[in-house]
Amino acid sequence: MSETETHLEEHRDDEASKLGMWLFIFTELLLFGGLFLVYSIYRAQYPANFHEASLELSVTIGAINTIVLLFSSMTIAMALTAMQKGNKKLTLRLIAVTLLMAVVFLVNKYFEWGAKFEHGLYPGSDLMPLLERGHLLYFSLYFFMTGLHALHIIIGMILLLVVYFKVKNGSIHIERFVLLENGALYWHLVDLIWIFLFPLLYLIT
Amino acid sequence: MNNGTAKVEYVSYLQHKGKFKGLFSWIFATDHKRIALLYLYAIATFFFIGAILGLMMRFELIAPGETIMKPQTYNGVFTVHGIIMIFMVVIPGLSAVFGNFFLPILIGAKDVAFPKLNLFSWWIFIFGSILAVASQFLRTGPPDTGWTFYAPYSTSTGTSVIMATTAAFVLGFSSILTGLNFIVTIHRMRAPGMKFFSMPLFPWSIYATAWIQLLATPIVGITLLMLIAERLFGIGFFNPELGGDPVLFQHLFWIYSHPAVYIMILPAMGVITEIIPTFCQRKVYGYKAIAFSSIAIAGVGFLVWGHHMYTSGMSENARWFFSLLTFIVAVPSAIKVFNWLATMYKGSIDIKPPFLFALSFIFLFLIGGLTGLLLGSVATNIQVHDTSFVVAHFHYIIFGGMGFAFFAAIHYWLPKMYGKMYNFRRATIAWAIIFVGFNLLYFPQFIIGIQGMPRRYFDYLPQFQPAQVISTIGGIILISGFILMVYNLVMGVRKGAPAPANPWGGSTLEWQIPSPPPVENFDEAPVIKQNPYDYK
Repeated sequence: MSETETHLEEHRDDEASKLGMWLFIFTELLLFGGLFLVYSIYRAQYPANFHEASLELSVTIGAINTIVLLFSSMTIAMALTAMQKGNKKLTLRLIAVTLLMAVVFLVNKYFEWGAKFEHGLYPGSDLMPLLERGHLLYFSLYFFMTGLHALHIIIGMILLLVVYFKVKNGSIHIERFVLLENGALYWHLVDLIWIFLFPLLYLIT
Repeated sequence: MNNGTAKVEYVSYLQHKGKFKGLFSWIFATDHKRIALLYLYAIATFFFIGAILGLMMRFELIAPGETIMKPQTYNGVFTVHGIIMIFMVVIPGLSAVFGNFFLPILIGAKDVAFPKLNLFSWWIFIFGSILAVASQFLRTGPPDTGWTFYAPYSTSTGTSVIMATTAAFVLGFSSILTGLNFIVTIHRMRAPGMKFFSMPLFPWSIYATAWIQLLATPIVGITLLMLIAERLFGIGFFNPELGGDPVLFQHLFWIYSHPAVYIMILPAMGVITEIIPTFCQRKVYGYKAIAFSSIAIAGVGFLVWGHHMYTSGMSENARWFFSLLTFIVAVPSAIKVFNWLATMYKGSIDIKPPFLFALSFIFLFLIGGLTGLLLGSVATNIQVHDTSFVVAHFHYIIFGGMGFAFFAAIHYWLPKMYGKMYNFRRATIAWAIIFVGFNLLYFPQFIIGIQGMPRRYFDYLPQFQPAQVISTIGGIILISGFILMVYNLVMGVRKGAPAPANPWGGSTLEWQIPSPPPVENFDEAPVIKQNPYDYK
């Protein structure tokens, strides 16, 4: 081993890793912030259209997904606590439950989107340009925002899968769990963004 | 290695043998110094591609009408010139090359906080650059929107805009990761005893820059994603026919792209602040004022984007407010200029190539800044909006500022980076040619801009021809100056005399270690007791 590698190994700073993750989370929030801005502008421009269009969404499905995500946020937080207490088996189980919840969320989303697609409501469809302008923008925003959020769910799942296998092979352990902590932070971010998307798209009418 | 008294055998980062050999020992290196050189080579290459495209435009404009290319080709050339120069050269330029190399050394650290992420950023940068260059060669033709990708034209033109915007998005991601890495490095890895206010001023400027990279880039990221979605699926966010608003695109775009100007210029100011005390052997005048003005520029820079849009349709109140805020940015910028001048006052000035570049930076930056006031105030802006006056202004700021600071930095730090000296005489001649060529190229454009020569036009009225010819001659002189400068630097690196550890008598940390630096920068972690600029 050369000197550089050894110093990479020696040099470990959990505080720095966490600070880095928090900064990255800021950038993610700002990414969605741009979309929230666009949403608020078009909502102000076409309030009646937004009201009518938002009635098309199923509050039930949205609410189920909110609960699913909140639950998964709890399980990943519990996984972190289990790791801090050195219970590897429980940690693995809790991460698995979190991943399962993520799958449930995506399946739910698939059915929700599928129903819209059946009615011809999707970006690029023949029906969309015929809609009133506010409706068109509402559904475009709906697909763009929930689509980008779903993409983040998938990224979060990949991250948590990596964490899962690292816990399994022992490279994340009671002394060294900052990657698990960062994975959990990212998952909370995904959850948090949904907490904003849900009322904006489903509840405010 | 442990006894530091005798002349120790050290292994420089250039000779160091890691896990890999040959090319792989570079492109898989996690050493911040090697990554800095990777950026340097990549950026220098892109700079020359961009410069050649610029020269092609100059040749096209040497006479009215079609000279060497068709109008559509011209549109492609200025767009790609812009994309390469902005996203691949000036935005990453100083912070990725010199920030990577010298930030850890200047704060007494062994590396950046996340060395692997640092390498990853470079890979993303190269990937994005390949996409940008590839957008040239698609069958649909090079993008013709200008580097600003203004909607709704960018959503309707048939050229390969998606590839170019994806490239800009990817390059932005690289920029975010670099900024994030630097912020964490500065917070966590300063040498024992180094407080924020005993940090040298180049790290301060990198710190302010990193925050802009982190906070502004995601906005352009989402904007470009919306643009891509709009092209792919006919979503109407920015298309008035579908209920959207093209001015909204401009707002979102400039919320990033104006602060991006400060991503370019702040590290440049940082470099100048390092060079001037060294070559005047003076303590920097107003250390805290310079540090705070970096932060102030970064902060106010977020609030001035609207001055790009006076003619796009904004309320009267928004216009005067953006105008006021724009003028406010001049205050911290002027603080820096006055502090540089005050530092030089009664100094023992040593005129060497890096200092010449630094002085010409101040001169060109002043011209760029003062003409910026004409653009920042609504009334005069409306006269010169989208004329070649704007082109001259931002080339004075970006190229005369960031570009000259880059040349100053390379002449200042090359002995440290490679452990070799270049030829001073040739460097001075190259500087003189570049300086003359630069002014000859861009100054006439101020004049014809006021007279009404529009920017981005392929053709023009005959009365503008004399100025265009002078400009083109300036362009040729400028390019020949570059060639001489690069030749001199390359010859220096290959055959130059070995450089001493401290050729300029500098007092900051990088001059306290051998040239080129050892693999881990410092054999023993330095303990900081005094201020970085320890001159009389």
